[in-house]
Amino acid sequence: MSAPGPTVTQRGAVLAERGPGPVRVRLSVNGAEHTLDIEPRVSLLDALRERLDLTGAKKGCDQGTCGACTVWVDGRRALACLTLAISCEGREVTTVEGLAEEGELHEMQRAFIAEDAFQCGYCTPGQIMSAVALIEEGHAGDDAEIKEWMSGNICRCAAYPNIRAAIRAVRDHT
Amino acid sequence: MRPITYVRATDTATAVTAVSSDPTSDFLAGGTTEVDLLRQNVMNPRRLVDINDLPLTGIVGTPEGGVRIGALARMSDVAAAPVVRERFPLIAQALELGASPQLRNMASMGGNLLQRVRCSYFRDAESPCNKREPGTGCSAVEGFSRGHAVLGTSEHCIATHPSDVAVALVALDARVHTLGPKGERSYAIDDFFLLPGDAPHREHPMEHGELITEIEVPATPIARHSLYLKVRDRASYEFALVSVAAALSVMDGVIADVRMALGGVATKPWRARRAEDFLIGAATQRNDFAMAARVEMADARPTAMNAFKVELAQRAVVRALDMLCDGNETGAAPGSGSGSPT
Ligand SMILES: Cc1cc2nc3c(=O)[nH]c(=O)nc-3n(C[C@H](O)[C@H](O)[C@H](O)COP(=O)(O)OP(=O)(O)OC[C@H]3O[C@@H](n4cnc5c(N)ncnc54)[C@H](O)[C@@H]3O)c2cc1C
Ligand code: SF4
Ligand code: FES
Ligand code: FES
Repeated sequence: MSAPGPTVTQRGAVLAERGPGPVRVRLSVNGAEHTLDIEPRVSLLDALRERLDLTGAKKGCDQGTCGACTVWVDGRRALACLTLAISCEGREVTTVEGLAEEGELHEMQRAFIAEDAFQCGYCTPGQIMSAVALIEEGHAGDDAEIKEWMSGNICRCAAYPNIRAAIRAVRDHT
Repeated sequence: MRPITYVRATDTATAVTAVSSDPTSDFLAGGTTEVDLLRQNVMNPRRLVDINDLPLTGIVGTPEGGVRIGALARMSDVAAAPVVRERFPLIAQALELGASPQLRNMASMGGNLLQRVRCSYFRDAESPCNKREPGTGCSAVEGFSRGHAVLGTSEHCIATHPSDVAVALVALDARVHTLGPKGERSYAIDDFFLLPGDAPHREHPMEHGELITEIEVPATPIARHSLYLKVRDRASYEFALVSVAAALSVMDGVIADVRMALGGVATKPWRARRAEDFLIGAATQRNDFAMAARVEMADARPTAMNAFKVELAQRAVVRALDMLCDGNETGAAPGSGSGSPT
């Protein structure tokens, strides 16, 4: 594929066109700066998992329909599979690996263990990233609200009652 | 997924020039349609122009009582905005009953209007599909069509328009403001969505590279008393089988004014003008609601698989009006937007 020239715009500004081959991308993940050479088409999920060895975020569907890839971008929960890594330059990405502090699991992680909120565990990192965000958003009022606002995270093992119990435990504790 | 190049636009005019000057460039907003369909090989841009840094995120109430919503305002932020919840509950509800919290944090309002159909033949990137590859035929007409449209269809395409919030916006006579290579334009929202006719690949009247900048919702006092009812196969994180956006004002037991639009049943967000005309001046009783619903669905052309939608839509209309009359419209989310209407 031939690389097209720079785009000259009305204002005379030139937009830097990057790719299609690997380009240098700077990502801030869990507070650490990373520089990686990736094609612009690479998703945030693939960049995290394949390049940064942060395999917490899972690939369930790669189509936005399961929530296993849930991470935070600038503090808001988002789907890493439908996000291009290159579009996260200048934004702060947080994955489940970034929740623990000084070797101490996050309260929600501990609650998931205490409440037995997973079986196979595949959906769990996404559930936890959503669950922590849910409480911060103020959407954990009652079980109906928790259900609705956790509905973006599918659990094939149907651990839902226990996931809700973990969320209630953290909600009532904070 | 084919390789792409990427540019990040810093101002609106530059973004428009970049895309309009190159037929193989697309805008990238939240990416929840664009990245998805790029990966499925349904959309084949060579270059993405990221517009997420453009200053189009405002959600501002107008002094007259309307609201102006920037094209890059996120679904979650629009739904949470007090001015939207207060003046236009049906917009907030339509947004919160759509997609998932994660997707709503990502998805922009402009992108929402331009999301592509969920027809599985369109999405598989290989079946005959007039929308994806003009002239190849429509696989759904004789195929799996349970989720497809019954209104506004043509022999060339029967795909349902999937947006929820567009249904609310159509009921409210919103306007879509754009900036294109030829300058600013604005469209009545009902004209912004095209019926498939014999050119289902054309879904809107914009030219390539035209950028939605703002959605303007005019002051609509009756919208304070409004709701969005969504009926679907599961309680959440699912597209509508049938949905109803409605606003109602009643005086002395008689309907003084009504707005209504339907989702899930038509090839575009469907303004229910016939039902509205029937209802104005009618009594607030079920018989009249049912008759209005029947009038609206009279032209429905279902397939064997989606014939149930004709009845379901009528029941949903009646239920939405019942709810508005009973004054329990605030209960629409979460939960009560689901399940089968009585
Ligand atoms: C699993 C899943 C479930 C969903 N469920 C629902 C649902 O229940 N209800 C619902 O309504 N929606 C639903 N959606 C659709 C979702 O709301 C849309 O994908 C989203 O709103 C698109 O916005 P975006 O910012 O991500 O757009 P993008 O994907 O970035 O862009 C979409 C298209 O619009 C173009 N574009 C974007 N912004 C502009 C602009 N300002 N001007 C001109 N062109 C522009 C892009 O070039 C692209 O072609 C769902 C999506 C997924 C993946
Ligand atoms: S219904 Fe429309 S989108 Fe689906 S296969 Fe037919 S032409 Fe394509
Ligand atoms: S992998 Fe992202 S939603 Fe399923
Ligand atoms: S624990 Fe197995 S998918 Fe949720």
